Amino acid sequence: MNEAVRLTPDQLVLFEVGTVPVNATMVFTWALMLLMVVGSWLITRRLAPDVYISSGQNLLEVIVTAIRDQIEELGGERADLYMPFVGTLFLFIAISNIFAAILPGFEAPTASLSTTAALALCVFVAVPIYGVSQRGLLGYLRQYIEPTPLMLPFQVIGELSRTLALAVRLFGNIMSGTMIVGLLLAIAPFFFPIMMRLLGLLTGLVQAYIFAVLAMVYIASATKVTKGAPPEDEGEPAAEAG
Amino acid sequence: MTGLELIAVASIITGGITIMIGSIGPALAEGRAVAEALTAIAQQPDESGTITRTLFVGLAMIESTAIYCFVVSMIVIFANPFWSYFIEQAAGQ
Repeated sequence: MNEAVRLTPDQLVLFEVGTVPVNATMVFTWALMLLMVVGSWLITRRLAPDVYISSGQNLLEVIVTAIRDQIEELGGERADLYMPFVGTLFLFIAISNIFAAILPGFEAPTASLSTTAALALCVFVAVPIYGVSQRGLLGYLRQYIEPTPLMLPFQVIGELSRTLALAVRLFGNIMSGTMIVGLLLAIAPFFFPIMMRLLGLLTGLVQAYIFAVLAMVYIASATKVTKGAPPEDEGEPAAEAG
Repeated sequence: MTGLELIAVASIITGGITIMIGSIGPALAEGRAVAEALTAIAQQPDESGTITRTLFVGLAMIESTAIYCFVVSMIVIFANPFWSYFIEQAAGQ
């Protein structure tokens, strides 16, 4: 393995605590978490229900309202229930990708398969939790055998493969953006890497949006109230008549 | 050819073929999806918000097949486990 090409920030070990190597992914993930938590704490410490609000409160209100509107459009009736989870996913990925494009020396944690796999696992766990809490255990489990019990293996495989797809999609997009910039720096420096960085800014935001939208779509499909009863009642007499 | 050379040649050729085939299908599919979405927006400009959002989600899911191929070719070229194994073998001798 040559040292010139680094696929992920996992391979960049910054320092070691005892015998545990601390790589760039961990450092930048914790830095981002610190920034987001402290930033939101500082802003929400004094919220004003006034006409004149601070610029930070204005920013957070815009973000929170936009995320809530998007969730409601995607079919989550109770947006406040899903917003902490989906909104956090979106903000973490979006800020990580934006910083990777504009901050020199910053390695996006989302360019590491460990981070994206962890985020995808969060979605994998959150979908049954929301589903069971909304429809009950039996109601949630019934959707696996909804058309016929024959579909059970495919439903399970689909659940696993979409988690894998969620992780690899984000990882591949961000990693390829970083890598293309690195390759272009060696081939055609000064101009083209900047254009690719700009494209990476767009790709990163779109990917953050996609990740959050897909998480919300999966949650919405697991929590939706079954409305299939009337068509089934209509379908059965027709089948008997035929 | 020794085993190491064989692995190097196979890795490079496989990486190129992987990304070649893996980019053709998604490129055609994305072009088709964008064309259909443009037609839909031209027919119903009021629904452009919904169409654009669905288009982006669909494009990302189409593109992920190309990304899988890219990840596989990157692994084959830069993080090939067989290559590392043979390098360790050669270093041990």
